[in-house]
Amino acid sequence: MNIVVLLKQTPDTESVIRIADDGQSIVTDDLKWIINPYDEFAVEAALRLKEKHGGTVTIVSYGPQRVVESIRTAMAMGADKGVLIDDPALEGADSLGVSRALAAAVKELEPDIVLCGSRAVDYDQAQRGPMVAEWLEWPHLGLAVALDSDGSTVTIERPIEGGKVTLEAELPALVTMGGSHAVWNPRYASLPGIMKAKKKPLEVKTLADLGLDPAECGEEAAKIRIVSLEMPPERQAGRIIDDGLDTEGKAAELVRALHEEAKVI
Amino acid sequence: MADCVFVVAEFRGGDFRRVSYEVASEGRKIADALGVSLYGIAVGSGVTDKASQLGFYGVDKVFVADDPALESYVAETYVPVIASIIEQADPAAVLLAASVDGKDLSARLAARLEAGLAQDCTEVVCEDGALKAKRPIFAGKCLAWCEWAEDALPMISCRPNVMDCRDADATREAEVEAVAVEIPEARSRATGLELDTSGKVELTEAEIIVSGGRGMKASENFSILEELATELGAAVGASRAAVDAGWRPHSDQVGQTGKVVNPNLYIAVGISGAIQHLAGMGSSKYIVAVNKDPEAPIFTKADYGVVEDLFKFVPAFTEEVRKMKSTC
Ligand SMILES: Cc1cc2nc3c(=O)[nH]c(=O)nc-3n(C[C@H](O)[C@H](O)[C@H](O)COP(=O)(O)OP(=O)(O)OC[C@H]3O[C@@H](n4cnc5c(N)ncnc54)[C@H](O)[C@@H]3O)c2cc1C
Ligand SMILES: Nc1ncnc2c1ncn2[C@@H]1O[C@H](COP(=O)(O)O)[C@@H](O)[C@H]1O
Repeated sequence: MNIVVLLKQTPDTESVIRIADDGQSIVTDDLKWIINPYDEFAVEAALRLKEKHGGTVTIVSYGPQRVVESIRTAMAMGADKGVLIDDPALEGADSLGVSRALAAAVKELEPDIVLCGSRAVDYDQAQRGPMVAEWLEWPHLGLAVALDSDGSTVTIERPIEGGKVTLEAELPALVTMGGSHAVWNPRYASLPGIMKAKKKPLEVKTLADLGLDPAECGEEAAKIRIVSLEMPPERQAGRIIDDGLDTEGKAAELVRALHEEAKVI
Repeated sequence: MADCVFVVAEFRGGDFRRVSYEVASEGRKIADALGVSLYGIAVGSGVTDKASQLGFYGVDKVFVADDPALESYVAETYVPVIASIIEQADPAAVLLAASVDGKDLSARLAARLEAGLAQDCTEVVCEDGALKAKRPIFAGKCLAWCEWAEDALPMISCRPNVMDCRDADATREAEVEAVAVEIPEARSRATGLELDTSGKVELTEAEIIVSGGRGMKASENFSILEELATELGAAVGASRAAVDAGWRPHSDQVGQTGKVVNPNLYIAVGISGAIQHLAGMGSSKYIVAVNKDPEAPIFTKADYGVVEDLFKFVPAFTEEVRKMKSTC
């Protein structure tokens, strides 16, 4: 099975986010970078498919050179090769533009299935997977918490508010990954894996290599953009309910405060 | 000139979901600001009978695609049906719900219509005829204001439980127009739909959430939180530590890699307050922390804190809630 994973590198979830002087972007100097957790789930699911059906797992990512490290990490987990789209013309692109570039790279690989995250934990767009599927004119199934394939179809379980749905698609298809670490339990890179990863093929491509014109997917083509960032209101430490009360007394005081002051119960 | 604003309603289990009324209310505000009509789109099986009720929340006219084949949301079938309705008009904006299905639909529909999508917005403003939307990024660690290019169609998905919902005005039924449904050949389908009928409150739409963390120590101990939640009409959430330990299902996880929630009241029990957890619940109106460690970071964000052993405090608190309810 020819499997592609769309992988985005994101700041570590531990990161404290600060707004840059331009007021429109975040300070990136001191950030640690990781594989977007949902994309790590996609790598894990891809490797399990490969274990079952054989084939290859290719990582496709758009981003600057620092992303190579994340692609190598995915290779150390077991992915076979990588494609990095690195082109300054995509800076300022919106999700439509980036997904066009990703779709073009996917198309060249002619995969049976594409796995990607349901969202990247940086800008929380939750857009690019379904968009790539639209450009490819493929079905897509979203927010998988379970995934299986018999080689010609893929089946997923999708949690919805107050229930779940089982969805099925004929391949080729795209699946976006939901769930959490507890569901996918992504494997760690092994030491031999890390050694092998260094020698695995990684191609770097520009928009021109993909046959794309910056005018149709770069900043000029963007339909939407961020004009300013602001920090959410800082939460203050409130009141510790103590007053020398015993457990019951504190419980009663908390109920009173929530009922009379906050009026939320 | 644009002639309308569209809102896409979400229909499940025989009724519209509440978030659709929030979306309709927000759509009304924008349509009024722009001086255009508000059109609804209702897709599903058996949706015709309910469609006029979108009018109670401000919709003028509803286009209905009613077909048994549209029972469950599948992107491949819903997107072309909805796109074909939108393409009949010249909308100034399209609003949807940032629900599970809504976010998925929004993304693919945005590609189909080549529209600019602001996903999961918490605020929309209209200044001199131009829209601006605010959306949390980094799970709420930061907020971004977005604007659209002049020629772009703005698409906005609205985070549930955040925007104001109008009071239903039952005298205001919407006009309903059935559209001829042409369901395209699809290579994907829903093969099973299981709805939980226990009346459990969904985390992302809950007014009150009681969450437990590693301090709960075991799966069975969550029964004390369930009991409290029942008294409060609350949903039960969990930290990643509790989910990773297998005490709670993944769907209960709150945080940067779980659900981002915004209840009126969030009660964190035996949760330390890691940055990934805080990201997911930091926009709650009120936060209560129960933790035996007075140094736990969660106290720096909590409106009310109690330094106690949770196994003693939670049952006492549940009892006090019961007493309060019996006297009101
Ligand atoms: C990529 C990534 C993504 C993550 N995403 C998430 C996420 O989405 N959501 C999330 O929650 N975390 C997430 N985390 C994990 C996060 O960093 C923390 O590890 C986790 O939130 C800790 O959970 P906790 O507060 O329950 O446990 P702990 O930090 O161990 O805290 C337990 C608390 O319980 C208190 N306690 C113990 N016993 C009692 C008692 N008897 N009475 C009262 N209090 C008691 C302790 O004082 C302590 O403060 C993520 C981490 C990573 C690396
Ligand atoms: N720059 C990128 N390179 C590769 N894949 C990406 C990129 N951006 C987004 N994706 C994929 O699309 C998913 C959703 O991302 P987003 O729409 O940004 O929330 C991610 O989980 C990735 O799988």
